[in-house]
Amino acid sequence: MSFIVDHYNYWVVVFLMMAGFYIVIFANNLVKKVVGLNIFQTSVFMMYISIGKVSGGSAPIVAEGITSYSNPLPHVLILTAIVVGVATTAVGLALIIRIKRAYGTVEENEFKDKEDLI
Amino acid sequence: MLEQHFLILPIVLPLVAAPICILLGRGQLAWLLATMVSAASFVISLTMLQSTIELGALSYAVGGWQPPWGIEIRIDTASALVLSVVTAISTLVLIYAKASIAEEIDSAQHALFYTAHMLCLAGLSGILTTGDAFNLFVFLEISSLATYTLVSLAADKRALIASFRYLVMGTIGATFILIGVGMMYMQTGTLNMLDLAARISAEGASRTLNTGLAFILVGVSVKLALFPLHMWLPPAYTHAPSAVSAFLASTATKVAVYVMVRFIFTIYGPDYVFLSMGMDVILLGLAIVGIFKCSYMAALQANVKTVLAYSSVAQIGYMILGISLVSAAGLMAGILHIFNHALMKGALFMAVGAVLLRTGSVDIRAFHGLGKRMPWTMAAFTIAGLSLIGMPLTVGFVSKWYLVTAALEQQQWLIAVLVLLGSLLAMVYIGRIVEAAYMRDDIDANDRVKEAPMLMLIPMWILVIANVYFGIDNSLTVGAAEAAAQWLINPSATGGLAQ
Repeated sequence: MSFIVDHYNYWVVVFLMMAGFYIVIFANNLVKKVVGLNIFQTSVFMMYISIGKVSGGSAPIVAEGITSYSNPLPHVLILTAIVVGVATTAVGLALIIRIKRAYGTVEENEFKDKEDLI
Repeated sequence: MLEQHFLILPIVLPLVAAPICILLGRGQLAWLLATMVSAASFVISLTMLQSTIELGALSYAVGGWQPPWGIEIRIDTASALVLSVVTAISTLVLIYAKASIAEEIDSAQHALFYTAHMLCLAGLSGILTTGDAFNLFVFLEISSLATYTLVSLAADKRALIASFRYLVMGTIGATFILIGVGMMYMQTGTLNMLDLAARISAEGASRTLNTGLAFILVGVSVKLALFPLHMWLPPAYTHAPSAVSAFLASTATKVAVYVMVRFIFTIYGPDYVFLSMGMDVILLGLAIVGIFKCSYMAALQANVKTVLAYSSVAQIGYMILGISLVSAAGLMAGILHIFNHALMKGALFMAVGAVLLRTGSVDIRAFHGLGKRMPWTMAAFTIAGLSLIGMPLTVGFVSKWYLVTAALEQQQWLIAVLVLLGSLLAMVYIGRIVEAAYMRDDIDANDRVKEAPMLMLIPMWILVIANVYFGIDNSLTVGAAEAAAQWLINPSATGGLAQ
């Protein structure tokens, strides 16, 4: 039991990751797929942020009387990864707009059988 | 001043050129700028290849922050070799693209094409030169996002769906790499590749590192389209504009192979990955199944671009096969095939693009009688096709030779036989197209079909001549690939610093 409680941050991450992955694979609507992709990526962001925590450490800002700080590096890394994620979402949504114009739908099963895709 | 920052130029030049291409607006100027930047990067990477062979690895601290704290640009022979291939292909494709995209992409979007191409080149150069694991992820995503855009520029509306699927698969792959890098950081507290390698070998195996490796290998396998994670590749290469297919088929997946080699050999070390994790069995199995399944799929397709796309997945199988032989000879054969495959696939996709330009179709029936109507294009296609099959006097033969030798060195007779059988399948799918071009008569004699424009033929033939030249005189490529394999296995060997 303490194993589960001690690692609760990882359980949150695993749950979000699987939920996002499930949506990406099984959603029929392209916008929902992009949302799933976002949840999937966010879970990884949370993993990075949570591993930066040092027990008893304060926020990484220099102040009097504080000697132990959390590790800021994973947070900075994930700032970059968030930017990458936003860019991916933007490209994905832009593609969906063009797909909607070209096919008149964003439901995958509706354009699948219109013409073979390969 | 410039000399000091020489090593970062292959990343900075295309990155700066990208927004300028948009500002220049449509057409000629953007093309000229992109081609010149790409050619400059090529010259720089050749110089770097020269000096890495003579002096050893070159290192540059980005922003003056010393490694392992800051981001390091680290160039050894392996990165310089692949970088030379990528920039050379990029330059040739850009020369070729001018005539090719005139028909395939709306003229208002030409500047965007060059911008996306420059961003993709910057990302690929970054992946190849960086010495930092997280930085590698960022550059991978820069190049991937540019790639999705490039694929979606095609006028064919199916390109949009291909691009979207590619985006979904590619993002999942990249996120897996991100998870893996996070796990490595969690265990070792560093992101610099050399530092990681030192700490992993000092600490030994742990469950976190094992999981990280698993995530990275799966993520990179998606990016390099290892069977069975290749499903995004055939539609994307089929529906993308021809110039884009030629560029991506010969660079993007090859750079991903480089990433896999980096992680396996430089960071984790072959002992960790192959001896204690046993990854060689999995990679070998997937590579062989991939070679046969995808060569077979290639033989069934009516669309010639799809044939070449499936063939790309099969050829990636050969590279992974070389890596999974777990020997310096096997790794060297894999790296050599990265170089050689870029030459042949680039030429093949360029030839198909020329056919698309003149006949308006890439169906195999459009090739009927083209041997007479487009003699230069079809001759280029035939020679590059023979190279793909592995005929003597072409680079394809050199690759197969070293691959088979590496397999025989370990008494793996079965693998050597399977490599040769794979070549027979290549003969089937290339043979069908060549037969259509030379043996079949034109059904509807279309007099408008004439030879491709000079601007497309020249880059195509440069690649074809390179196919033959490096097939006869392979001392340069084999020497560089051998040095590259040595560097990958022993990355921290002391070398000259650039500053």
